[in-house]
Amino acid sequence: MNNLMQPQDNGLLRFMTCGSVDDGKSTLIGRLLFDTKTILEDTLTNITRTSNKRGMDAVDLSLLTDGLQAEREQGITIDVAYRYFSTGTRKYIIADAPGHEQYTRNMVTAASTANLAIILIDARKGVLTQTRRHSFLAHLVGIPHIVVAVNKMDLVNHDQAVFDKIRTDYLAFAAQIGLANNGSDIRFIPMSALNGDMLVDRNDAMPWYSGETLLEILEQVPATCTEHNDSFRFPVQYVCRPQASDDPELHDFRGFMGRVESGEIAVGDKVTVLPSGQGSTVKAIQLGNDKLQTAISEQSVTLLLEDEIDISRGDMIVRASDAKEPVKQIEAMICWLSETPLSTARTYTIRHTTRESKAKVGSIAYKVDVNTLEHQAAQGLNMNDIARIEFKLAKPLAVDSYADNRATGAFIVIDESSNNTVGAGMII
Amino acid sequence: MNTTKTLSHLDWLEAEAIHIMREVAGQCERPVLLFSGGKDSLCMLRIAEKAFRPGRFPFPLLHIDTGHNYKEVIDFRDKRAAELGERLIVRSVEDSMARGTVVLKNENEPRNKHQSVTLLEAITEFEFDACIGGARRDEEKARAKERIMSFRDEFGQWDPKNQRPELWDLYNARTHKGENIRAFPISNWTEMDVWQYIERENLELPSIYFAHTRPIVMRSGAIVPINVPLANGEMLNQPKPGEEIIAMQVRFRTVGDITCTAPVSSDADTVSKIVLETATTTITERGATRLDDQTSDASMEQRKKEGYF
Ligand SMILES: Nc1nc2c(ncn2[C@@H]2O[C@H](COP(=O)(O)OP(=O)(O)O)[C@@H](O)[C@H]2O)c(=O)[nH]1
Repeated sequence: MNNLMQPQDNGLLRFMTCGSVDDGKSTLIGRLLFDTKTILEDTLTNITRTSNKRGMDAVDLSLLTDGLQAEREQGITIDVAYRYFSTGTRKYIIADAPGHEQYTRNMVTAASTANLAIILIDARKGVLTQTRRHSFLAHLVGIPHIVVAVNKMDLVNHDQAVFDKIRTDYLAFAAQIGLANNGSDIRFIPMSALNGDMLVDRNDAMPWYSGETLLEILEQVPATCTEHNDSFRFPVQYVCRPQASDDPELHDFRGFMGRVESGEIAVGDKVTVLPSGQGSTVKAIQLGNDKLQTAISEQSVTLLLEDEIDISRGDMIVRASDAKEPVKQIEAMICWLSETPLSTARTYTIRHTTRESKAKVGSIAYKVDVNTLEHQAAQGLNMNDIARIEFKLAKPLAVDSYADNRATGAFIVIDESSNNTVGAGMII
Repeated sequence: MNTTKTLSHLDWLEAEAIHIMREVAGQCERPVLLFSGGKDSLCMLRIAEKAFRPGRFPFPLLHIDTGHNYKEVIDFRDKRAAELGERLIVRSVEDSMARGTVVLKNENEPRNKHQSVTLLEAITEFEFDACIGGARRDEEKARAKERIMSFRDEFGQWDPKNQRPELWDLYNARTHKGENIRAFPISNWTEMDVWQYIERENLELPSIYFAHTRPIVMRSGAIVPINVPLANGEMLNQPKPGEEIIAMQVRFRTVGDITCTAPVSSDADTVSKIVLETATTTITERGATRLDDQTSDASMEQRKKEGYF
């Protein structure tokens, strides 16, 4: 697909990388940064020095993505790190999370804001248990674009048959978990992160591959997180009532501030406020003092309505024609994030968009073994567990299913005694 | 099928930053915005305008003054706060020194790291439960894993092992009394994004960001500004015996403590020339401009653990 009308600014894409230790994740990220000239000289000098200190001859590009002191001492990465690069037409945010089983929560965290996942496979090893785990999690967290990067092709003589076999194996497994059949976009690239083949530059080691390079894919996929949803959803974050007595125009000003989580809205559109169900019409849309005619997905604006209705933080403004009945019970897939196990006896707080509600665990239907994808019975949940759970809510929430809308289908679970975020939920 | 309209990268970053600021305003009782007069915090003020106008900001501005700031920047800080009609609180490291809570090893030691003490004192004085800061993840390795809402305990300490998971755009800024959130709305911006935003928004900046001629000496490869007048009439950074003073065309990429912020050689005297220079530069912002950070990759991490922004 050649788009000759390439716009000057093609937005911002967030993506993540998944791979097991030594699959080449750090090298891949280092390569992308290096080949797009994001790495500056002093950083390069720094990592060259470190490489030498560790007795390596070549510069180890993977050092670029090394994290904090403590982790460096342990020699592992244990959290999500964010990296940036830009091609001039598009800006990228990479979420880099380690792939070990015990770090499921980090992967889920990284995936929550990603619109594309690069799943690394070592060409010598093919589809492994961890490949399945990473794919399942990427799918669970609703990442719409998957790039399977078959790395280290240089170690298998750049053999097309190896690549084709891995592709066949992967697709068979993807069909099994429903990855291939719900509109997910899966692509395969043979590459050598070490040599930089098929990342930014095509090079000539694999003339048999005529598909896109990694960067070509990154430049093309839709950037917005809610590409599949047109329903207008506007959780109210803050209400602005300036009440400046010296400015009569501001006397009655009531601005509802928030971000358009999906869909778009224009002045004159009919809206409904949830959970109250009251209706009104959009009188004005503002960004600071500037007046706008429309607001689109992911834009932060202030809405003014024709009617005086009582709206506060936690309410949601939606288009009147696709308002949904708020619910007091939800079923969700949960990833438990805390070292303190989930207790079905306790009451938690759920944060859904800008609204909070007390919640009780109704029942745990099953938990998922992330390696075999088997369902198991469970009484409680430990850190990194993934389970299907029912919650009973004290207050009604205006939810969509996560498959329909990542913004209004997601929630976090907060433990009020520690104030910690202990769970991540995706509504079914 | 993809009919969805997409925001440009600057619009997206701006929208995210507005969203974060409003979350702080919506979730916290007594937030404050850290404002130094530097370029990142000037972007933050523009974002706050877009987030909260026509209302007032739901937080005051706070500057922790080291007493070693460029006069141009301090003047600009005051002017900008006055133009916006927002309340500016200034707390100074020198007051902490007078109280004995900051003890310098030697008189001309860089004071950047001592800002932590004064900041914590201000947090206690005003009972702030959230400080909105302009730090960016691209500034330094130790920041790459920093949360947008970073949790600090009663001692203002940052424990990299005890940070809240941050998923989607569901930020958790809850605190118990005495604890504190540091919120970073421009976490996802790079130096380039900041300059592009300044250009697009036509933001006015302190003059020392633009190329100007000033006396400098070269000290172990770094450009060190010499004889810098302070607001109180003192002169900072005396040349050492034998050093050759050169008049050089320079600009600052960051404007921190005079004793540890180095300018770069440049003739970029407009924002668009700076954008161009930033696009072709070969050295990171921190590498080029910090005289105190070079000893170790991990020195920022150390400082953050002690309560630095
Ligand atoms: N031959 C070859 N080696 C690679 C390639 N990509 C990575 N490596 C090497 O594999 C090892 C692990 O890579 P690294 O990026 O640290 O893996 P990570 O643990 O997934 O981050 C390093 O020694 C890399 O140099 C590749 O495409 N070809």
